[in-house]
Amino acid sequence: MIYLFQILNGIGLGMLYFLLAAGLSIIFGLLQFVNFAHGAFYLLGAYLTYDLVERGVSFWIALPVATLIVAIVAGAIEALLLHRIYKLPHTFHILVTVGIALVFQELAIIIWGPIGGSVPTPDGLGGVVMLGNFVYPQYRLFTIAVTAVLAGGLWWLLEGTRVGAIVRAGSESASNMALLGYNTMRINTAVFAFGAGLAGLAGALAAPIRGVEPFMGAEALSVAFVVVVIGGMGSYTGALAAGLMIGIIQSLMTTIWPQGAQLFIYIAMAAVIAIRPRGLLGRV
Amino acid sequence: MTATLRLTDLHSYYGKSHILQGVSLELSEGEIVTLLGRNGAGKSTTLKTAVGAVTPRSGRVELAGRDVTGQPAHRIAKAGLSLVPEDRGIFQLLSVEENLRIAVKRGSPWAISDIYKIFPRLEERRRNGGGQLSGGEQQMLSIARALLGGPKVLMLDEPVEGLAPIIVEEIVSQIGLIRDAGVPILLVEQNLAVCRALANRHYILEMGRIVHEASATEFASDSETIDRYLGVKA
Repeated sequence: MIYLFQILNGIGLGMLYFLLAAGLSIIFGLLQFVNFAHGAFYLLGAYLTYDLVERGVSFWIALPVATLIVAIVAGAIEALLLHRIYKLPHTFHILVTVGIALVFQELAIIIWGPIGGSVPTPDGLGGVVMLGNFVYPQYRLFTIAVTAVLAGGLWWLLEGTRVGAIVRAGSESASNMALLGYNTMRINTAVFAFGAGLAGLAGALAAPIRGVEPFMGAEALSVAFVVVVIGGMGSYTGALAAGLMIGIIQSLMTTIWPQGAQLFIYIAMAAVIAIRPRGLLGRV
Repeated sequence: MTATLRLTDLHSYYGKSHILQGVSLELSEGEIVTLLGRNGAGKSTTLKTAVGAVTPRSGRVELAGRDVTGQPAHRIAKAGLSLVPEDRGIFQLLSVEENLRIAVKRGSPWAISDIYKIFPRLEERRRNGGGQLSGGEQQMLSIARALLGGPKVLMLDEPVEGLAPIIVEEIVSQIGLIRDAGVPILLVEQNLAVCRALANRHYILEMGRIVHEASATEFASDSETIDRYLGVKA
């Protein structure tokens, strides 16, 4: 029974990883930009939620507000700074975005302290659900439901709408988009803000489960990269499958061999790459 | 009558090479005008400079009386100067219909249903991926996409290059239909038969300069000029 419990936990965790990785993957797909600041947006989303809830704001308002603020901050960073370095080699992307990530991490320590804190389970979802003879927290089921709906909605947005077609076309050729009259700089900013917003939302949703602490961004970043690599660069369904896989592995290992839970994420990645170098569903 | 597109004394460079050395030409309503010349004469560069994909060092680009010189490509394209590039620029991973949908502009007189009337093959293949089309179908898609933006001027860069004669015929008649619908066309093409079939006027470009201009009738009877500027003999 404990394993079923951990698998459910793993699905919830995995869906949050998927949100993170989807944002990273969309940004990389369109901009060929390696974004090591992605974890910082997750951190910011979580801390903003924490801060707002501490001030007495309802979690249900804090969640969208935090997500939106993260998207705006990320859009501003892209428009002011990042678009200048797209054409430089990837090492420069890493250098600049790692710097941004450190700034956010240290700011979190300065503003909210080095210890971190916890976010109470939101109103209305504090209870538990009885599944047979074991109990499961309502909020965790809620995150699974919300992220599942988001995953479906995102897929529809990318594959079924004109906006999605514009983003996919931009990933293929920016210069051809310009010939069709599209201002690609504006599209880039919007997509970057959107991808970062997904990371912020993942952070906000995760806050009541795992609390906030200054190093959560770095941890989320490495997991997000693992998920993107396992799923295959630019593959949406791959990110979903890989997110769930990593979430479940991590949760199960926490029960079986807690010290090795983190390690097993990387073992899983190495195993997938050894068998399928392009990832589970990679195109490139 | 003012020209719909007027290029005046355009100079462009690729790095240090001086490619366009003062190109001037104009295109009026209802016309198809060809830009002829040997490889490397600067034909594609002229089109790219007009649309802003290459920024001119000096000179002037006017579209429907408005100076658009030096503006970025997306703004010139939006203002109504549409280039169908030589590589066709199809989005391979998008379906035919998606390629068309992203090109639709508000206020454009062209809808996707009009496009399917001119290019029935595209309707048949609308669910196919852009990368699955034949060369001729890709060319049709690229022209169709440009039209959906409601261009004031259409510029085609070697639209029938490398295509089978039967497809060439089809595309030539489609280009004629587009002209008849009121879109003036600046055509770069190596295939002289195609140019003769379509054009009202011809310009010949050599070493980045316009060296000859002729009406269709003058050009038809002037084999000496053709040999001199376009023939393979030196």
